[in-house]
Amino acid sequence: MSNITPTEVQMKPAEYKSGVTPIWCPGCGDYSVLLEITKALSAMALKPEDVAVVSGIGCSSRIPAYLKTYGFHGVHGRAIPLASGLKVARPDLTVICAGGDGDGFSIGGNHFLHACRRNLDITYIVMDNQVYGMTKGQASPTTEADWDSVLMPGGTGIRPFQPLVIALASGANFVARAFSGDVAGTTDTIIEAIRHPGFSFVQVLSPCVTFRPDQKLWRKQVRKAPVEYTTDPSTAARRIMTDDGFNLGILYRGDRPPYTLKTKNGGDKESTLGSEFQI
Amino acid sequence: MDDKNQRMLLSGNHAVAWGARLCRPQVCPVYPITPQTPILEKITEFVTAGEMQAEIITPESEHSAMAASIAAAMTGTRVFTATSSQGLLLMHELLHWAAGVRSSIVMFNVNRTIASPWGFWPDQTDSMAQRDTGWIQIYTESGQESLDAVIQAFKLAEQVKLPTMINHDAFYVSHAVEAVEVPSQQSVDDFLPAINVENRLDPEIGQSVGSNAMQETYRRARQDLGDAMDDVLHAKIEISHEWEKICGRDQHGGIVERYRCEEAELVIVTLGSMCGTVREAIDVMRDQGRAVGLLKVKLFRPFPITMVREALHGVPDVLVLDRNFSPGLGGVLHQELRSALYGMEKAPNIYGYLAGAGGVNVSPEKIIEYADTIEDAVPSSESIWI
Ligand SMILES: Cc1ncc(C[n+]2csc(CCOP(=O)(O)OP(=O)(O)O)c2C)c(N)n1
Ligand code: SF4
Repeated sequence: MSNITPTEVQMKPAEYKSGVTPIWCPGCGDYSVLLEITKALSAMALKPEDVAVVSGIGCSSRIPAYLKTYGFHGVHGRAIPLASGLKVARPDLTVICAGGDGDGFSIGGNHFLHACRRNLDITYIVMDNQVYGMTKGQASPTTEADWDSVLMPGGTGIRPFQPLVIALASGANFVARAFSGDVAGTTDTIIEAIRHPGFSFVQVLSPCVTFRPDQKLWRKQVRKAPVEYTTDPSTAARRIMTDDGFNLGILYRGDRPPYTLKTKNGGDKESTLGSEFQI
Repeated sequence: MDDKNQRMLLSGNHAVAWGARLCRPQVCPVYPITPQTPILEKITEFVTAGEMQAEIITPESEHSAMAASIAAAMTGTRVFTATSSQGLLLMHELLHWAAGVRSSIVMFNVNRTIASPWGFWPDQTDSMAQRDTGWIQIYTESGQESLDAVIQAFKLAEQVKLPTMINHDAFYVSHAVEAVEVPSQQSVDDFLPAINVENRLDPEIGQSVGSNAMQETYRRARQDLGDAMDDVLHAKIEISHEWEKICGRDQHGGIVERYRCEEAELVIVTLGSMCGTVREAIDVMRDQGRAVGLLKVKLFRPFPITMVREALHGVPDVLVLDRNFSPGLGGVLHQELRSALYGMEKAPNIYGYLAGAGGVNVSPEKIIEYADTIEDAVPSSESIWI
């Protein structure tokens, strides 16, 4: 995160809510993620006007509307490029990018790789429900190959996308897994992700009770990761590849310097921004 | 079950899926988007039940769906896809490509508002914004018309070698349920021959796709595209007549439809779902003794200039209703109609109202109100927000 400007008087989590009533289904995991983000912002005493939450399209991507921070409800799959533009124009803001697994790994998958690689100081929270919720239950890139549904009878037969290892392999500086129902743990993880410099990726398992009622079982399956995070990417990769997908907590912390800007808004280090953003 | 014609209660989108099923496409790359998704759901259901032998793939975006459609089509395969709004916009780059390589893809687009702001309303700006891509464009007003249009579109696209996009309005047509005559499989098989793509990716032919072209070759390719567009009118009229004979439903010549235009003092011109509403309004006005008619534009690309000129010749006043908006230009149909009638003797006064833009509901009463305004209105080149 950037120049954290704590509020003079700490705001309560509820005060970070916009007052717009969410239209998520009752029981949707995303309600808890909303709560956890407000708790994190409150604990860090961030002023709402110093935070921007950028999303794409999907049920989860509605989240900026429910927060009092700056919000940008963007284009399907383009949350990351929007967040990147915002961050380079206003590096002083704490930029949180949020959305779903479809938005982030399917239509926007390409951007995910390059955001990890570029390492701008952004926190990316993906509410992973392994389904396209908003368009009524199609398989997403993280759906199990054999998940049977009316739309994909017998399953897609396609190997699921592994967001955490892909993030790691692409250069993300902070990698964590959380569960929406674990309020304290997820809040802490979000705080650490925002604090950590560079691109922080948090996969939040967030059940879609409507199209994946089986995910209600997640509550029983998740557990705190048995070991502390590592700073060694290959150890992190091995752990992620060999766990069952339910170990929660910070899994990797890197020390790659975040992308720095050459312009007056940024630091004084050399930047390749000009050439990278040219087509 | 498909051996005879059947009458079914279908939503507009399910009628489209039936149309696609009867045409036996082999590959259907589709990415879900509201309000198109029921088309994808229904064809998936058909394939699962073994009633349709298509390979459905759901790639990671519409851009990929169209790329997959092009390549599949270029192997000589019959391809069907469907989308809406943002999905169609994301395809834009490849829409040009699909036409440039002269593929015969048939795509159904459900007209929905485009962002920003976000909305799910019936508005045709999404497809109107693709009018320069080299796709044939057809607009329909009911599930029945959409089903008939899909079947004819395959024949047309494969005959003139141009991709074809059919459009119906979100919800008013896509989700409205009505009785639809579903033709027998046999009748469609008799009407639509097996696909035969001469220039295709086939090791035995040894051709490739997408080479560079120097200016002269490039220009010739564009001219060829234009020539193919010129062939559409004639081909579509023939195809519509042929289909009309088979299905027994009036296809109105397939290009434009005139409704109660005899001796009309005012003709309302529009396309899509608003046509049904205008018809109702016209019946009321005719009962009141007012000489009002409707000209429904079914084929929008190529724009049927000659037929529109014929239809409006000698009509004193024309009112165009647009459910779309091109900032800096106005209603697209209004502006296209103005240029189509340019220089015509006895050209009518033209008025353009942005009536349904943004998806607002336009009732028959509203249409009568619009017609009332014409008496005192001054024709203007600008489209008017009403
Ligand atoms: C270009 C484009 N294509 C398709 C859509 C339709 N669409 C909206 S949300 C969505 C998938 C959302 O899935 P995910 O990101 O996992 O979010 P969830 O709804 O599950 O939270 C799709 C396909 C769109 N809005 N724009
Ligand atoms: S459909 Fe699923 S993801 Fe969307 S609001 Fe409902 S429970 Fe949440």
